[in-house]
Amino acid sequence: MLRLPLFRAISRSNGRLTSAVCFHNSAANQQQPQQQPELIELFIDDKPVQVPPGTTVLKAAAMVGVEIPRFCYHERLAIAGNCRMCLVEIEKQVKPVAACAMPVMKGWRVKTNSALTRKAREGVMEFLLVNHPLDCPICDQGGECDLQDQSMAFGNDRSRFTDINFSGKRAVEDKDLGPLIKTVMTRCIHCTRCIRFASEVAGVDDLGTTGRGNEMQVGTYVEKLFMSEVSGNIIDLCPVGALTSKPYAFVARPWENHRTDSIDVHDAVGSNIVVSHRTGEVLRILPRVNEDVNEEWLADKARFSYDGLKRQRLITPMLKIDGKLQNVEWEDALVAAARALQDLPPNKCAAIAGCMADAEVLVAVKDLVNTLDSELLTTEQEFPKSGAGVDLRSNYLLNNKIANVEHADVILLIGTNPRFEAPLVNTRIRKGYLHREQNVAVIGPKLDLTYDHENLGQSPDIISQIKSGSHPFCEVLKNAKKPMIILGADVLTRKDGDKILAETQSLCKNIEKTVKTDADWKVFNILHTNASQVTALDVGYAASLEEVKKAKPSVLFLLGADENIKKEDFGESCIIYVGSHGDNGAQIADIVLPGAAYTEKTATYVNMEGRAQLTNAAITPPGMARPDWKIIRALSEIAGHRLPYDDLHELRDRIAEIAPHLVNYGEVEPSNFLKQVYELAKTTQGSFLPDPIDIKQKSLDQFFMTNAISRASPTMAKCVQAVQKQKQV
Amino acid sequence: MFALIGSVQRNLRFSSLRQLQTSSKHLSDALFVHRDSEIDNTNSHFEFTEENKKRIDSILKIYPDGHKRGAMIPLLDLAQRQHGWLPIAAMHEVASILNVPNMRVYEVATFYTMFNRRPMGKYHIQVCTCTPCWLRDSDSILKTVCDVTNCTVGSNSADNLFSISEVECLGACANAPMMQVNDDYYEDLTPEITTSIIKALMKGERPPPGPQNCNRYAAEPITGLTSLTSEVPDRSFRVRPDL
Repeated sequence: MLRLPLFRAISRSNGRLTSAVCFHNSAANQQQPQQQPELIELFIDDKPVQVPPGTTVLKAAAMVGVEIPRFCYHERLAIAGNCRMCLVEIEKQVKPVAACAMPVMKGWRVKTNSALTRKAREGVMEFLLVNHPLDCPICDQGGECDLQDQSMAFGNDRSRFTDINFSGKRAVEDKDLGPLIKTVMTRCIHCTRCIRFASEVAGVDDLGTTGRGNEMQVGTYVEKLFMSEVSGNIIDLCPVGALTSKPYAFVARPWENHRTDSIDVHDAVGSNIVVSHRTGEVLRILPRVNEDVNEEWLADKARFSYDGLKRQRLITPMLKIDGKLQNVEWEDALVAAARALQDLPPNKCAAIAGCMADAEVLVAVKDLVNTLDSELLTTEQEFPKSGAGVDLRSNYLLNNKIANVEHADVILLIGTNPRFEAPLVNTRIRKGYLHREQNVAVIGPKLDLTYDHENLGQSPDIISQIKSGSHPFCEVLKNAKKPMIILGADVLTRKDGDKILAETQSLCKNIEKTVKTDADWKVFNILHTNASQVTALDVGYAASLEEVKKAKPSVLFLLGADENIKKEDFGESCIIYVGSHGDNGAQIADIVLPGAAYTEKTATYVNMEGRAQLTNAAITPPGMARPDWKIIRALSEIAGHRLPYDDLHELRDRIAEIAPHLVNYGEVEPSNFLKQVYELAKTTQGSFLPDPIDIKQKSLDQFFMTNAISRASPTMAKCVQAVQKQKQV
Repeated sequence: MFALIGSVQRNLRFSSLRQLQTSSKHLSDALFVHRDSEIDNTNSHFEFTEENKKRIDSILKIYPDGHKRGAMIPLLDLAQRQHGWLPIAAMHEVASILNVPNMRVYEVATFYTMFNRRPMGKYHIQVCTCTPCWLRDSDSILKTVCDVTNCTVGSNSADNLFSISEVECLGACANAPMMQVNDDYYEDLTPEITTSIIKALMKGERPPPGPQNCNRYAAEPITGLTSLTSEVPDRSFRVRPDL
């Protein structure tokens, strides 16, 4: 709905309205080849500042370090200008103006601390507080409340509010937005941030204002859930305690928590997070700003599944004795495992990496398995080995980087539903759709992607048709300047996955020939769903699941691998499960070695674009659980194949030997050799299967429980229940 | 008794300290969230009549592509005229015609007080109680209306013939006091005339709208014209001769 012709016209022109209406993105401005307009000079509190035309007073003030208070303004949302907290005095203007919405003019003298400005702020503050309950002691926002902070800084020091008739303050009934968001609507100050987030970023237009004047309220009007995969962000956006986290309700005050920077591993985006914890317990997870990855949003699974870290945990080593897993000491478990590793013929030891395995354990296991003269290393989600296989990184990365997704003008999604597989990539696509005229097409089942898109059908043959130019979609591609093909990792696990990969690559090659793209614009991209996948492929987990099954290994390591693994396939193997949760994998194991979850270890993860990032240990692993790589290191010593590293630094040195980019934290190594990838793709033989392309996660209820942690989380279970209930209505 | 004195004293003490004025809270009688009921629920269906569908087409033609949502208020009004009031199913129908999210229609329908989101009687009587009408004793008009229809403000009469609302200025201050019955203005009212109008409505008649108590056509002075009394000059008056 937001994507209106008027809006398009405005966003195309480079006039002053552009920056006033549209999103600001520094990266975006650099990308557009527009000539630098003349700068305007104005004075903020007598400090001169030069800004491009169209800059708002608030932004100009921020450039000279003057912070103007605000409630409704948010730099990633459209400007509303309805809270009036940012009123400032401008010399020779009759009335104070709202700084967030007012574009600057030449020579203006803005006074952000004059008597008039202060009085205006006090007035706004007073009106807000008249209609705001004085329940700070029982409010979960206490300590991180914008209203609290700003009333201290800018409000009057005494109140004129006396309810002499004891008629009570304005009261609004609470809304039921689902199991994640707690509402206390009486506290709402009508900044409409949540409404704008829902309609602009989440693409779920369920929130709005009803009524008018004193009776106005924010809500859904009809009773319904806020059915979005990024709904938790409205909790962060809310400047007061109207929207707070339901699982975190009355748990802790922000000042008593410890905060540890970390990385999310529930999907392959690698969102940056802050883990709030106290007394060895994770209390909540918040997003951390990273413009290149998650901006400042976070998906609901990443934010709310932390209670799964306390349940279904493996806390002691276990051995299968008389057909039953029984608790044992570390010594017994390691000796039993080491005994299984003795005198193995070549290629009889295998390892399967699960979706949350970190680089450290992957390297340690690879070294151990290699010393045992085996190459049977694979991931639970297979990647085709034909063509370039895992030899060239460009073959399996989101080559164009996540931040560039919003700059594409045509996106073709093949066998992927980014909305649930990588919600923060989807918000990028929606951003591009809203503000950059992006055209999106999907090969796969019918999906609700929060933006309009064309569904080209479900048959894999369509890829060939587009390649040969016989498909109508070719016209769109021909006129594109920045096309992107995004291939889902799940679709490559099909029997004809290698053919789909090769055909897509040759399609990309054709596109690159016909469309003149920038040299650093990459058309071919893969969207992964597992946080460990890129790391595993980087360090060389190159075998396939079939090969491992065929080899009938005597010893099989499962590194938190829970999906697609059946006891029947490995009937003769001694299965050693190294992982944090008692899920499918641990059930079929003969030896269980309890590992640490991502909040309990300092570990390296590489996201889908190839960015290595570091999680930090916020808390200690529960019970006798230990960081995974230490377990492997201890086991190797007992088994008589001592791995040559004793601490994390030595291990990192070893990782750097194998893949230097894995320890280059925060950076993306440019993915090159796409040409060679395309050449190698020609060697792939085979043909498409007749089955239509399908996607695992099609609706919201399938999004919440996808890995061991989220399956153990009661909050996620509640979400699934709530969504299914809403669907029935 | 003593408690009363105490509270008076307390109030006196405070009011001398603080220059305070409070007014009673005036809150709307409407509810701004939806509650499912038998006649108004999210599962019910609403469809425009064939005649109204034609009207919708011509209304939509006024608005350029991409701005069709501008037709929201006319369409909601059409739905209300067809159905007598505005059920949630009608809002959904309007949303689907305009291709906007339901919430955007709820916002408009709850903002404007003239959209009635509850069942209304056959005659919706809106009595103006704003300052000019009030000075001309609109209180007696309101009381008469309530008495004769046997119904209170904000509700329907038992026979579902009347609904009464107390409204702000309807823009007929020169003819105060006044009331609006559906689309008709009845002006220059007295309690007696009001009674007779309602009696006529009960019989199913439509009394002639406009000023009731006097011989004026519209809002001209009640004592006759005070200006523009001279004869109307002919068309050449003060026009350049060469034209």
